[in-house]
Amino acid sequence: MIYSEKVMDHFQNPRNVGVIPDADGVGEVGNPVCGDMMTFYIKVKDDHLSDIKFQTFGCGAAIAVSSIVSEMAMGKSLREAMDITNEKVAEMLGGLPKNKMHCSNLGADALHKAIEDYKAKSKPGLKEAAAAAAAKGPEAHEEEAACCCPYCDGPVEGMEEVCSCHHCEIELEECPECGKYTNKADDTCVNCGAQIHKS
Amino acid sequence: MKRVYLDHIAATPLHPEALQAMLPFLRERFGNPQSLHSDGQGALEAVEEARQRVADLIHAAESEIYFTSSGSESNNFAIKGLALANRSRGSHLVLSAVEHLSVLNSAKSLEKFGFTSTLVPVDQTGMVHPEAVEKAIAKDTTLVSVMMANSEVGTIEPVAEIAKICKSRNVLFHTDAVAAAGNIPVDVRALAVDALSLAGDQFYGPKGSAALYLKKGVRILPFIEGGIQEGGRRGGTENVAGIVGLGKAAEIAKAKMADRSQKARVLRDLLIDRLPEKVDRAVLTGDREMRLPHHASFCVEFIEGEAMLLNLDMKGIAASSGSACTSKALKASHVLLAMGLDHALAQGSLVFSFVDDNTAEDIGYLLDVFPPIIDRLRKMSPLYTKYLEEKGK
Repeated sequence: MIYSEKVMDHFQNPRNVGVIPDADGVGEVGNPVCGDMMTFYIKVKDDHLSDIKFQTFGCGAAIAVSSIVSEMAMGKSLREAMDITNEKVAEMLGGLPKNKMHCSNLGADALHKAIEDYKAKSKPGLKEAAAAAAAKGPEAHEEEAACCCPYCDGPVEGMEEVCSCHHCEIELEECPECGKYTNKADDTCVNCGAQIHKS
Repeated sequence: MKRVYLDHIAATPLHPEALQAMLPFLRERFGNPQSLHSDGQGALEAVEEARQRVADLIHAAESEIYFTSSGSESNNFAIKGLALANRSRGSHLVLSAVEHLSVLNSAKSLEKFGFTSTLVPVDQTGMVHPEAVEKAIAKDTTLVSVMMANSEVGTIEPVAEIAKICKSRNVLFHTDAVAAAGNIPVDVRALAVDALSLAGDQFYGPKGSAALYLKKGVRILPFIEGGIQEGGRRGGTENVAGIVGLGKAAEIAKAKMADRSQKARVLRDLLIDRLPEKVDRAVLTGDREMRLPHHASFCVEFIEGEAMLLNLDMKGIAASSGSACTSKALKASHVLLAMGLDHALAQGSLVFSFVDDNTAEDIGYLLDVFPPIIDRLRKMSPLYTKYLEEKGK
């Protein structure tokens, strides 16, 4: 089995699936090109998350990640919830396959976006800060993303523009869109599908 | 729990008679076919007998069959070997956009040596149009490669017409028949192809055993340089047991093809008719008529393939998907994208392909367990929620 028992448990019995029609905050991440999309809905009471619901389009890992994030954050203060990272989520799930770490492990990002959305709505002065933070989300994602060959998950050799996977013997480059390594010979990024080279 | 295996395109079970034929060559008949002693000569006889059986399956001559280790190797051998051997005549290749990656990537790797290639687009059923191939053939084109049938969407391509065009334009034609050979009739004489790839694990033979048909007189560069095996074109000690298993499987496939495909066609049509009745917004992919008899493929909207596969597996059903999440490279199937499907729909790809022992009860079981899986996943899907909202408006 490619997934841990914990992942399979959350995949089979996801907690807190659904929509909160009168949510205090909504956070959406991902797109179908990447493969996974997550929407988080939150209710906030006294600076604590009183209810969380999510919907996910994606693989087993994406569904399990969303489920466990909702469980980890339920009842927590907003600040505690902001401390939940994608790494902690993967750890709680007993690990995720390497190639799923960046594509599917977006639950914490979606939750944080929902919290930023709530803050922006409740304190109009913070709107800009929230927008800035939301815009920063993908960037933080990029930094951790550039680590491994998209085909074999192995380490990438070389720096920046002239890197390659020794094992697969392919030249790699960073996708300007998502920041992950992709095959230099391809027209589109293997991770996000973005057009890299104009054909 | 009951297991229902519906993943022919990934691997077929080894036929018991093929296994029986192989066993002696894994035990006492271990000799090297290139040895002069009787242990070696016995093995050589078995290899040559298998060669005849594979040749018979596709109406070729024995001397036109070269054993390889996989369909991918056969495709690499054909594309690279034919292109390089005919380099003096030109350096342009024509391929369809839905070829297997072993064909597409072989052509891509030839670009490093100065070759160029043109990808011929397909229609929304994955069909390659012969006129489009003709249009793509240029003055310096030496090789055209279009598959006989597509394993992801089941569409059978008009290779006979394409071969005819290639012949009239004096261009070599290779067809990747890995999904087709052993499952539908293949006659290399009638088709007039120059090269054809096939693989045993697609018709109840062992994995690691495949072949390339190469028409007599066609020049090709050796793929593995070494000894004199396979006429010096593919060196390396023969995989005797695998070759024997492939030969036996070819013999059985030829004898049973009509029965097998008739039986599979009934299951296929049942599933293609019933599944869209049971699941809203599930569309057939590939051509309805020109289709492999054992193949039914769909795209289910608003949900993702891997999640469906895991749920089906928990119910004992094995199937395939071309979704990005199911591929190691997290890339959506190039076949579905070439057919013009958008990324979200391609994510919902699902392929059911039948093997010999599947029954109508198996399809009934699938049709029972599948709709609740879809309901459950759609309730989780933000795309489905959006769809319902828009529908309600």
